Amino acid sequence: MEIYMTLLIGVFFSVAVYLFLSRHIIRMLLGAAILGNAVNLLIFTSGRLTPEAPPIIATGPAGTAEIMANPLPQALILTAIVISFSFFAFLLVLTYRAYQELDTDDTDEMRFAEPRGQQMPPLEY
Amino acid sequence: MASPDTNPVDLSAAMLTAPVHLADWLVVAPVALCMAAGAILMMLRKSTWIQAGASVVGLSLLVVVCGALLAHVLVNGTVTMTMGRWLPPFGISFTVDILGALLTFVASIIALAAGIFGADDVDNSGRRYGFYPFLFLMMAGVIGAFLTGDIFNLYVWFEVLLISSFGLLILGSEPRQIDGATKYAFLNLVATTLFLIATGYLYGVFGTLNMADIMRKAPEMSETAPLLTLTAMYFMAFGMKAAAFPVNFWLPASYHTPRIVVSALFAGLLTKVGVYALLRVLIMLFPAERDMLGLVIAIVAALTMVFGALGALAQTDYRRLLGYLVISGIGVMLAGIALASMTGLSGTIFYAVHSMIVMTALYLVCGLTARIAGGFSLAEPADIYRSHLPLAALTLMLLFAVSGLPPFSGFWPKAVLVKASLDVGEWWMAGAILLTGFLTTIAAGRVWILVYWRARREADESEAVPVRLKPAVDYLPVALLTALAVLLGVYPEPFLEMSQTAASQLIHPAAYIESVFPAGGAE
Repeated sequence: MEIYMTLLIGVFFSVAVYLFLSRHIIRMLLGAAILGNAVNLLIFTSGRLTPEAPPIIATGPAGTAEIMANPLPQALILTAIVISFSFFAFLLVLTYRAYQELDTDDTDEMRFAEPRGQQMPPLEY
Repeated sequence: MASPDTNPVDLSAAMLTAPVHLADWLVVAPVALCMAAGAILMMLRKSTWIQAGASVVGLSLLVVVCGALLAHVLVNGTVTMTMGRWLPPFGISFTVDILGALLTFVASIIALAAGIFGADDVDNSGRRYGFYPFLFLMMAGVIGAFLTGDIFNLYVWFEVLLISSFGLLILGSEPRQIDGATKYAFLNLVATTLFLIATGYLYGVFGTLNMADIMRKAPEMSETAPLLTLTAMYFMAFGMKAAAFPVNFWLPASYHTPRIVVSALFAGLLTKVGVYALLRVLIMLFPAERDMLGLVIAIVAALTMVFGALGALAQTDYRRLLGYLVISGIGVMLAGIALASMTGLSGTIFYAVHSMIVMTALYLVCGLTARIAGGFSLAEPADIYRSHLPLAALTLMLLFAVSGLPPFSGFWPKAVLVKASLDVGEWWMAGAILLTGFLTTIAAGRVWILVYWRARREADESEAVPVRLKPAVDYLPVALLTALAVLLGVYPEPFLEMSQTAASQLIHPAAYIESVFPAGGAE
């Protein structure tokens, strides 16, 4: 099970990196969403994947015989999901505003902060 | 339910039963104060008249609390507070050593200076859109990152400060700001995601997130677990946050776009959080793996400082020039991490304190200068030497400090770092630091001559509108920070001693572990 998950996570990461390499912000945005999910799955898998075993250690000799999933990574993912969701929401609005204000979603044409053809620094005093 | 014949689980073994000592509440007080103030000001954001005054009161209180925390740590050693009464490896710990307490204290002073300056610099619409609440929430993130002793919690604080910094960055919604914010947001998102990936792997390897617990387990794991990979990933992630050379292009793309007081806050705080995280993870958690990466870190450090200074020389815009000086300073701090000797690390810590104070102050005087000159271009002479002598004098002191010239704060940490490089025979690192100092001096000198000293052209003379600066809100924060820079320069002894103690606590973290797991506590 873990092997298949690892392959899936690898696919997610490569898709995210591919999308991040695009010049268009909307694709980078999709890349950010997929990257977040790739990381969440990675943490999820690192805590073992087992069906139907509650993470409760019974007392007595049979205590730890059954292999169970570690619940802590799942708690970590919950935190990470909330954070990446709020990030995604912010980036979505920012991208939309950028498209409205700058009239482009091509990063090569977004030169408002660093305009082309700048004046040379003064060479004499 | 446990059956009667088996031993019932003793829950008290996993819990703290002793009440928390009153002084230990100081550990979380700065974060709690910032969050409460941020929430209250967020509710009052329509009452713009109350925002500035209330914030300055809140920030002054923050300075007092952080000062008390630093004094407490200096007297009593490292202190720990664990949340929710769980024992350390299970509960989230806040562990404060001298490094964390010192940086927290300096950060609170910077926030106070920015809060006072913001009273004049941020207009009513900026206040209505939440400048002060974001300021407090960002401080909560910064201080939380400095104080926490849990690596996933460090990630959470990084996100808190990042999302508040987005809010500050786009205050005003000009096209330039949206452009800068887009690049800043995406690249920082990648950096924090790398941090999260590394932390996921770290949990998979160690099964714990508590830094003291990781330190105890790291030596026995180093043979079997891929700790070098983890360390390299952390170096990449935090290097990106700190703006180290090949991954620093988000900084010059965005730091000159927001309001000047926001730029000042960012320059003082955000990149230094990255340096702090590098110190914690590379020096304290994985020292053996850091040694293997030593050469890479040294090359990155040298390139960052030299390219930063060269970038500063090539700028026509005052604010963008300062952005490159921030990067150059990060390179100098990385030099100490590359050397990893006690002297080198104390130089890094001292330089971080110096850089926080001086870069913030420089951005603030840059804002005042632009108000008088009507723009940020170095090509336009503003003749401030004749019209506003105090401002010109304060700026000259700050420019000397950032160049590392003697009676000011930049001199001592650079001298310590050069000495540390020569001690271990890394003459080229010493050469890079001295070359950077030389180039920075030229860049800083050019700023002063071009903007402050040069007389206005004849034609402009008549059009110049005299601008009056308010002593209480414009000069006071700059003068406060400059006074600190002078104090660090002329009386460095206690600060050198403090940074040396902080460095030795990083290299020999026995006190840190002892504080989280006191003798007799749960294994």
